[in-house]
Amino acid sequence: MQLLLNLLTGFGIFLFLVVLRSLRREHIRVEHSVSWLAASVALIAISLLVPLIDPGARTAGMSRASELSDALLFIVFAIALWIGYRSSRVASELKDMNITLTQRVAILEFQIRQLHEKEQARS
Amino acid sequence: MNAARTLILIPALNEEESIYRVVREAREVLPDFDVLVVDDCSGDDTANRARGAGARVLRLPCHLGLGGCVQAGYALAFELGYQTVVRIDGDGQHDPRDIPRLLERLRSSGCEMVIGVRAKGGAGFQTSLIRKAGISFFKLLLRPILGRPVADPTSGFVAVNRRALEVFSSTFPLEYPEIETLVVLQRRRFRFEEVPCAMRPRMAGRSSITAIRSVYYVLHVLLGVFVNVLRFDGRPRRT
Repeated sequence: MQLLLNLLTGFGIFLFLVVLRSLRREHIRVEHSVSWLAASVALIAISLLVPLIDPGARTAGMSRASELSDALLFIVFAIALWIGYRSSRVASELKDMNITLTQRVAILEFQIRQLHEKEQARS
Repeated sequence: MNAARTLILIPALNEEESIYRVVREAREVLPDFDVLVVDDCSGDDTANRARGAGARVLRLPCHLGLGGCVQAGYALAFELGYQTVVRIDGDGQHDPRDIPRLLERLRSSGCEMVIGVRAKGGAGFQTSLIRKAGISFFKLLLRPILGRPVADPTSGFVAVNRRALEVFSSTFPLEYPEIETLVVLQRRRFRFEEVPCAMRPRMAGRSSITAIRSVYYVLHVLLGVFVNVLRFDGRPRRT
């Protein structure tokens, strides 16, 4: 149990640092990084706080110490899935915009080329 | 048939070995028609060879896939005021001599799109067994959706009028568009007709749909058809 919590803490710190590094290198936009940073902080907090709140969990009627952490892990997993879904939506919107822009650029280049050819034909 | 208002649209990706012959043939058979090659960011000399053969070239700065490539051509054709657009493949499978028949059917039927389909049991290049099986599957799937049979929903040999052009220039399936296009048409209450044509073997190159990709193709198109059916405003019209 403790090993799992330590691993989660380590993963949370790793995720936090990776997101920060991506932000610094502009591989990820600020608005997209917020949810990932929040998730990593939540992961670290949950993994560190479980031992502290364990007595409270027992008082609340949870028979096994791991039940609370299982529930919290499920929540973290759900958050991660939600972030993944949101990222897919953002990526889809960006792809649509990219397609539109690519087509517009191509059409404008085509029209500029046509104008140049007409100019050359005149002169 | 007003040639000045008709555009032959050829989407192409890495077709340097065949595009020159395809364009030359189209221009020889239909010298009054404009020919536009939409180059989907080919890594080879497709664009220059197409220009050399007398086509105008719309070169995309990024690879968009077949749907995005064809849509760019439709959008340009719509902006330039073309009344009809005929799309043929850049690999030489479609015979430009069939184009007048497609256009005549488009005009006489008043429908929005005419598809050149592989003539049943007729002369010409016949497709592989796997593709035949795929076509049969999609024919079965589409029949209740379209309310009518369709001979070859995978054909890329199509003629569209300006009404369809307007729709396709803003709404067009991005990958493997042929089958989904029929459902898009149906959603708009548009009609299509089919004209049997003799298909030819590719002049060069290979199909991009390999054995593994064909599985992805089926799943992708199934999902695309399903999504388009969900978007129906009302019951599909029977033609």
